[in-house]
Amino acid sequence: MYAPGVNSSTTLSSSSSYNNDRPPSAEAVEVATDPASGGFFNSDYKKHDDLKQMLDSNKDNLKLEAMKRIIGMVAKGREASDLFPAVVKNVVSKNIEVKKLVYVYLVRYAEEQQDLALLSISTFQRALKDPNQLIRASALRVLSSIRVTMIVPIVMLAIKDAAADMSPYVRKTAAHAIPKLYSLDQDQKEELIQVLEKLLYDKTTLVVGSAVMAFEEVCPERIDLIHKNFRKLCSLLVDVDEWGQVVIINMLTRYARSQFTDPNLQDVDEDEESKRPFYEDENEVDEEQQEKRAPTLDPDHRLLLRSAKPLLQSRNAAVVLSVAQLYHHTAPRSEVHQVAKAMIRLLRSHREVQDIVLTSIAATATRRKVMFEPFLKSFFVRSSDATHIKLLKLEILTSLATESSVGIILRELQTYVAAHDPPFVAAAIQAIGRCASNIKEVTDTCLNGLVSLLSNKDQAVVAESVVVIKKLLQTQPSAHREIIIQMAKLVDSVTVPQARASILWLLGEYSERVPKIAPDVLRKMAKTFTSEEDIVKLQVMTLAVKLCLTNPKQTKLLCQYVLQLAKYDQNYDLRDRARFLRHIIFPADAESGGPTRLSKQAKKIFLAPKPAPVPESHFKDREQFQLGSLSHYINTKANGYQELPPFPLEAPDPKARDVETEPQVMEQAPLFTAKKVSSKKDSKFYSDTESPEDESEEDENSSDEDDDDDEEEEDSSSDKDEEEDDNEDEESSGLEEKLPKKVVKSNAKPKSDEEEEEDESDEDDSSSESVSDSDSEDESSEPSSVPKKQTRNAKPAKESTPVVKPKSNLDLLLDLDDVSPAFTPIMTPSLGGFLTPMSTPSSQVKTQLFPDIQPASAVISPNTTSELLNKINSSGLEIKYRFTRSPHLYSPSMASAELTFHNHGPDELTDIRVGEKPTSGGVSIHDFAPIPSLSPGSSLMGTIGVDFADSTQPVNFEIKIGSDRTYPVALKVPVGEVIRAVTMSEELFLKQQGGLRGMNENTAKLSLTKPCSDLKSLTNKILTVANLGVIPNSDSSTLRFVLNTCVNLPVEY
Amino acid sequence: MIHSLFIINPSGDVFMEKHWKSVISRSVCDYFFDHQRKASSPEDIPPVIATPHHYLISVYRSSMFFVAVCTTEVAPLFVVEFLHRVVDTFEDYFSECTESIIKEHYVVVYELLDEMLDNGFPLATESNILKELIKPPNILRTIANTVTGKSNVSSTLPSGQLSNIPWRRTGVKYTNNEAYFDMIEEVDAIIDKSGSTVCAEIQGYIDCCIKLSGMPDLSLSFVNPRLFDDVSFHPCVRFKRWESERVLSFIPPDGNFRLMSYHIGSQSIVAIPVYVRHSLCLRESGSGGRLDITLGPKQTLGRTIENVVLEIPMPKSVLNCGLVTNQGKYTFDPVSKLLVWEVGRIDVTKLPNIRGTVTNCHFSALYF
Repeated sequence: MYAPGVNSSTTLSSSSSYNNDRPPSAEAVEVATDPASGGFFNSDYKKHDDLKQMLDSNKDNLKLEAMKRIIGMVAKGREASDLFPAVVKNVVSKNIEVKKLVYVYLVRYAEEQQDLALLSISTFQRALKDPNQLIRASALRVLSSIRVTMIVPIVMLAIKDAAADMSPYVRKTAAHAIPKLYSLDQDQKEELIQVLEKLLYDKTTLVVGSAVMAFEEVCPERIDLIHKNFRKLCSLLVDVDEWGQVVIINMLTRYARSQFTDPNLQDVDEDEESKRPFYEDENEVDEEQQEKRAPTLDPDHRLLLRSAKPLLQSRNAAVVLSVAQLYHHTAPRSEVHQVAKAMIRLLRSHREVQDIVLTSIAATATRRKVMFEPFLKSFFVRSSDATHIKLLKLEILTSLATESSVGIILRELQTYVAAHDPPFVAAAIQAIGRCASNIKEVTDTCLNGLVSLLSNKDQAVVAESVVVIKKLLQTQPSAHREIIIQMAKLVDSVTVPQARASILWLLGEYSERVPKIAPDVLRKMAKTFTSEEDIVKLQVMTLAVKLCLTNPKQTKLLCQYVLQLAKYDQNYDLRDRARFLRHIIFPADAESGGPTRLSKQAKKIFLAPKPAPVPESHFKDREQFQLGSLSHYINTKANGYQELPPFPLEAPDPKARDVETEPQVMEQAPLFTAKKVSSKKDSKFYSDTESPEDESEEDENSSDEDDDDDEEEEDSSSDKDEEEDDNEDEESSGLEEKLPKKVVKSNAKPKSDEEEEEDESDEDDSSSESVSDSDSEDESSEPSSVPKKQTRNAKPAKESTPVVKPKSNLDLLLDLDDVSPAFTPIMTPSLGGFLTPMSTPSSQVKTQLFPDIQPASAVISPNTTSELLNKINSSGLEIKYRFTRSPHLYSPSMASAELTFHNHGPDELTDIRVGEKPTSGGVSIHDFAPIPSLSPGSSLMGTIGVDFADSTQPVNFEIKIGSDRTYPVALKVPVGEVIRAVTMSEELFLKQQGGLRGMNENTAKLSLTKPCSDLKSLTNKILTVANLGVIPNSDSSTLRFVLNTCVNLPVEY
Repeated sequence: MIHSLFIINPSGDVFMEKHWKSVISRSVCDYFFDHQRKASSPEDIPPVIATPHHYLISVYRSSMFFVAVCTTEVAPLFVVEFLHRVVDTFEDYFSECTESIIKEHYVVVYELLDEMLDNGFPLATESNILKELIKPPNILRTIANTVTGKSNVSSTLPSGQLSNIPWRRTGVKYTNNEAYFDMIEEVDAIIDKSGSTVCAEIQGYIDCCIKLSGMPDLSLSFVNPRLFDDVSFHPCVRFKRWESERVLSFIPPDGNFRLMSYHIGSQSIVAIPVYVRHSLCLRESGSGGRLDITLGPKQTLGRTIENVVLEIPMPKSVLNCGLVTNQGKYTFDPVSKLLVWEVGRIDVTKLPNIRGTVTNCHFSALYF
């Protein structure tokens, strides 16, 4: 399309008619989005007209089409603000995609059209109350992104509301909105800080990252807000999203610098360290000293370092580097080296990442040479590297060079000189020079090498070598006459001004060593003076003056000539210099008659011994900035950079970080009500996330759900294992409150604890017999057995309550239901799914399909250990085992046992491993990691996984030590350990119990030391014997436990 | 943090811009263009450029520049890493990320950018979450949407966002449950003139394509896990378990992702599977040069080596190559000066060889 004014009338008519008649079609879109459709004036205006029409229509797809085209314009950076009124109307659209695009448009143009933007505010205010959390959040997002000062109070109110929202996602959005509002109106700071304080207390991983980000933007100086949250932040760190991790670690680095004392305070000065490593032995002494002075860190400081360390394994380079800088700035020197390996790994990432990481390494390497020395070869330059990467690598290589490694480095540098990349070659030559002057041993070799480069074909190489040699000769003023002569010859051939200037300076400085050559060179230079570069001219003058002082006979006239030439040079620097020199050297010109005071000292001035330049890394001065920050990279203070404070001499009161337990208890209060919900929710996830703070948050979540809309219920499947743990604890304590003394266990024979243990082991023995009984009755594959003195078949309805048989010795009855997978179809439909997926190794799948029953982690893990291998039998190796009641990693059907190896013998034991293992009867063993060596008196832990195939038969296998010694051992398992606790609702329990048939009832005797009036201690006793899950109970007279054999049998008690 | 993003094509046009705070004029890119002109190749442009009021942090991917503008202090790696994540997301959505693809899907791109950053701070970067919020475009869905009037944008919050495993979406169902693992190892070696290895490092990746229903919990154990002394994981891997038992235990995201990457450093001895015997002389008898390269297997543990491709970046002075191979085909691109020889399988009995002449331009001709 063409602008009509420019083109012929025919085009005009056709284009305008085309525009007017055209229906809003796909074709129109094409034209509008095509950047090549040159028309900017009239046709564009027309186009907007039909966009307006489309927006005004009542068809969603037309609106959407129009919005897409408008967004296309926005994306290309074209002006679309005149459509604002038409677009803003659609903010109420029901179509979510139209709405979203309107939001995008609104955020972009609201600032320019403030009055019209106000029209949309009420829509957002309404949306802020929407039951859908996504809509609430996005309303807040857009509302806070509209940069219109008039709505500040509204946004403030919205942020306050959202900060207390039940959905963590909305709270996260609130945290994001805080810096937005702050940038809009700085006066709101105080009020925002209050909200922020609340958000910082939040315990959801989703929120804290954003809250800390807001903190950094709004009030980074209010470090006092962090105190109470410090420990929480440390423990949540691993679970926060990667971007949040970066922000938190950077902030905590600053925090650590202001709150903890310097861990390296007593150590030698850091600079000394960097000089030390030349002398290997001293370095070792240094390390020893460090160990002796094992730095006593504040426990919180230690906590911070420890919780950040796993993040070195993050896939996100920014996280890794932020941990590295944390260690660099706050860790004791002996620990900093741990980060080196991870930093090296980043060097395989994208070019940009490499560049930034190398910059950080280069800066670190100037101070901590030892840290990167083992990785020297990783910094060898590849031909495929970009030039700036190559230069950084060279920088690092030279910083790392020590007398032991300089050999290989020089060899590499030599190869680099032959490369095709001129800046890189120049840098390589400079690097050789730096190595030469830093390491005295190789100075001569380097010098010879550089001299040989003087005959290189490449001009640039020669020039660079000249400059470097000049510096080197300065450090070694001893006789290098040959080299100076050779360089003097080069004056004829070298054209690079920098090199020429260097040669001239050298000749002047050491003219007495080459008394014949220097005046000759000056003569030549005087001839070509006018055609030289400025820098060369300056050096010609210097040479002339110096020669004039040492050898006035030959050169005085030349000198005058040169100064005369310079007097009329175009460059004022040169003219100034000439005048200045003339007045010192030829004071007669100054008409004072006779030498002035200055001219008498001229020799001292010009021929003073000059200190040799110390080639230093230009990364040395970056230490003032926080490693990995923008300021550090560009080596100037960036906007908004927060200085890293020096360590305080006295640590501020660490009590500030203590958190009162009071509020926590308050927060956990609603937990009990949340329980019903949480037990319904499916699947536990990571059992190893060990952030106790999560619990209360999760509980909040779940309690939210009760009153929140239904979709949220689906959403928050986020409950985790700890929560369940916690629930159980709570449950047991809750039960305790609820049924104080109703269930009274009478006990005929009070026994001591020891006896009780014996008793247990008796039970074990008997149980193995009973297993065989039940085996014969039932299918042999699932003889899940429980300590029992009585084994009989019983009806499930016969609930074993102590109340039933108060006087009997048999305090407890265990109803053990053996349900083989074959029976499942007979069970209630809802249970059908329960057992079918059991054969899959993943417990998660199981829980997913049958969400009401979830494996729970053990409430109590017993401390009783048994001996696996006696020290007398096995020349000193003692192995003890203890069941941890956690499912083994390798397979959920394995019970994991913790083995403690202790070497009592006098000799070191090497290569301890599992020898022959049983292969029959479904029993399998997952070995502990072989122990390479165990020195006398020391002990080690290992974990072994055993699938007992639901029998309590001891498992026999062999332990091998070294190559020749083999000891058969037997791992006995108490029946309480082959079962696993699960949780289920009471309702389900009863339902399932009713559905069971043909079951075994196993009874165990549990002897108590005193008449047990305390339900909690009773529960604990039971749990010590067997790994059971407690079921929330409404009936106060019954205790229900649920368990699951390792091969998945729901068992009730 | 990140103020604005400009996407620039190789010819220097800003073809997309997105602002998360107030608008910054695209003229700020002029500073970038200055550096671009100075640099000899796109790779040489420094990733961080400081201008009087702004800081430009850029990445170069698929011959496009993604230039982020920041106004205040920010960890540069944070921005770089994020920009790469943006490109990764685009690649994930559109299967490749080129200028034309971005222009074609500008609405989705814009929606994605809007969702990934809020006020310049990353909001949702997990591809599983994003895919629930904004459905990736495909023809089938486009047709279905036009018919049913549904949109590509979800109206509810993805369940992953709130859970402790934000990388996995819930309610995944497959009829065929499959999981594929690719092990990719790259050996980086520097070999000197005489053929001896100066240094060699291994960079390995385990890439997965997981199509499993529900919430699968997988564990992956290695025969010799002690080899991995320097690893990095996808956030889904339980780090504690790796620490204690050297088993990878994880609930995978749905779809493609990189499970772990590992690095075996220059300290350990790395076996290089092939050797290259070369004799290369670029200037001999006037303008011609000679090239003779033989490949051979080395330390292969009895396995055959397949799909061998040899790439030789030639110096700028090389005009053309006239070569003969006894196996495979070769191509020479006179623009990028890259000689590519697709060898295929290495047969021990008849070692692949390439030889011939290289045409050089005279250096002197360049000067006069």
